[in-house]
Amino acid sequence: MKQIFVLVEHRRGEIRDISFEMLWKADELCRKLSLHLTAVLIGWKVEPLLQKLAGRVDKILVVEKEELKDFNSDLYKEVLNQLIQEYQPFLTFIGQTSWGLDLSPCLAVKTGFPLATDCLDILVENDQVMAIRQRYGGKVFTQVSLKKSAGYLMNIRPGSFPSEKAGEHSGEVVKKELSADLPEPRKHFVEFVESGAGEIDVAQAEFLVSVGRGIGEEENLSLAKDLARSLGAVLACSRPIVDKKWLPKYHQVGTSGKSVKPKVYLALGISGAFQHLAGISGAGTVIAINKDPKAPIFRVADYGVAEDLFKIIPALMETLNSS
Amino acid sequence: MDIIVCVKRVPFTQEVDLEIDEKKKDIDKASLVYVMNDWDNYAIEEAVLIKEQLGGTVTAITLGNEEDEEVLRRCLAIGADKALRIDPGAIALDGYGISRVLAQVIKRFAFDLVLTGVQSEDDNQAMVGIMMAEHLGLAHAAVVTRIEIKDKEAAICCELEDGLDEQSTIKLPALLTIQTGINEPRYVSVMGIKKAAKKGVEKISLEGLGLSEDDLSPHTIIEKIFLPPETEGAEMIAGDPPRVAEEILRILKEKGVRS
Repeated sequence: MKQIFVLVEHRRGEIRDISFEMLWKADELCRKLSLHLTAVLIGWKVEPLLQKLAGRVDKILVVEKEELKDFNSDLYKEVLNQLIQEYQPFLTFIGQTSWGLDLSPCLAVKTGFPLATDCLDILVENDQVMAIRQRYGGKVFTQVSLKKSAGYLMNIRPGSFPSEKAGEHSGEVVKKELSADLPEPRKHFVEFVESGAGEIDVAQAEFLVSVGRGIGEEENLSLAKDLARSLGAVLACSRPIVDKKWLPKYHQVGTSGKSVKPKVYLALGISGAFQHLAGISGAGTVIAINKDPKAPIFRVADYGVAEDLFKIIPALMETLNSS
Repeated sequence: MDIIVCVKRVPFTQEVDLEIDEKKKDIDKASLVYVMNDWDNYAIEEAVLIKEQLGGTVTAITLGNEEDEEVLRRCLAIGADKALRIDPGAIALDGYGISRVLAQVIKRFAFDLVLTGVQSEDDNQAMVGIMMAEHLGLAHAAVVTRIEIKDKEAAICCELEDGLDEQSTIKLPALLTIQTGINEPRYVSVMGIKKAAKKGVEKISLEGLGLSEDDLSPHTIIEKIFLPPETEGAEMIAGDPPRVAEEILRILKEKGVRS
């Protein structure tokens, strides 16, 4: 039977949310297209993860080997390629994560399958596979069709689908032995390092004033700092500010920084790259000030001001000082 | 250490009001300013930093028309020794096709390292670099935030999610996709770019690379492009700055973060 493969992403003994989000979408497509849903679990001593997948898929293909303990695209590519050759899945879902960025493009070349990355949605109509994705940093949407092929690879953007269980499935576990030896990997895992620790914890703050690229120059940063101080808020920022070394990494909000859950998130000059928006999904109220009315941040903000922040910040300071 | 860096010239679209063009397959680029893809600024800087430390050469490559040579001149000014432009002619290539072409050209060179940006600002696909590695049979890593060359291998750091990094070692030659923030790209003056332009750019055409039509046929085709509805979702606060300020402070009070 034709099937959809979902590569289960896990790290330090936990299945990552993206895996469940991909299962949700795969389940929807499987019901619509009468396909079989197969989770692929690669690793070492992954037994404890199986119960989290039970009932959510028709089948779990488990490949366990000590050398698969840590993610390694050289090895994962070989394993997935063997499974794909054997089971011929119609679609294979992989997360648009650090893993997926290193794995899917080389797997696409290896299998010869077309790859659509960073997919927000997948459409299948009359056997034509299409993806909805974004270009220009989320400012425009595109519908992309994939070249006719025996199979397709899709990298799914985290946060695009719900993570809860949809349909009920039997969840048969199949332990797979590899048909060929794994190659000697060229990359070796050494260790994980926490890069986000620092003297303040934006993840715990109740009120964040967060600054982005729109602040323009380093000397303008004092405007945001003064505003945060006057409002009694903690200062946070988006990636470009940390890339420029204007603030230490522990201020950074987003996928690679911290996920935050303040009562109020006041975003100054932040356009809203999806990696940033993923980090503020837990915020109570988002107020965004950005001079570009089409900035993606306005799609998730509760309140928006499409105006130059250099006009609004002084007005805020003046109102604060006069009251 | 001989290093190849792939760079791309892209339209600058941040805080720019974009419109869809007549064919509905792309944005209208007529009024846009072009820049070097931000990730590539970090990739070329990293290559030149390694060269300055260990010696060797840096070759910058782009795929594009004559105007795109602007980013190669920038690379030369930063410290690249050689620049190469592959002219695609009238052929429209997708990410897969670009990876085939670049790999076919890079094959001709002896190198220790190939660097690309994690992704381009325009297409946001993040696939060309790692696809190229597979065509070339190279070791690879994505989203790299630190490189330390140690003889025939490199100690690298890759950015994961949630403030977590992964340290690993990788055998050379390798292809690494470079994340923003890995270094602080140097400033280059207009004069510096003009001076560097004297080094010249070598041109290569697609014909003669030995690639078939099938090799270059797109795996993904943009069927349509559309703008999201303007300021969808948010309740917009209008008015002059003092009024907007008052309204923001009112909301802060209402949400319990201001007394």
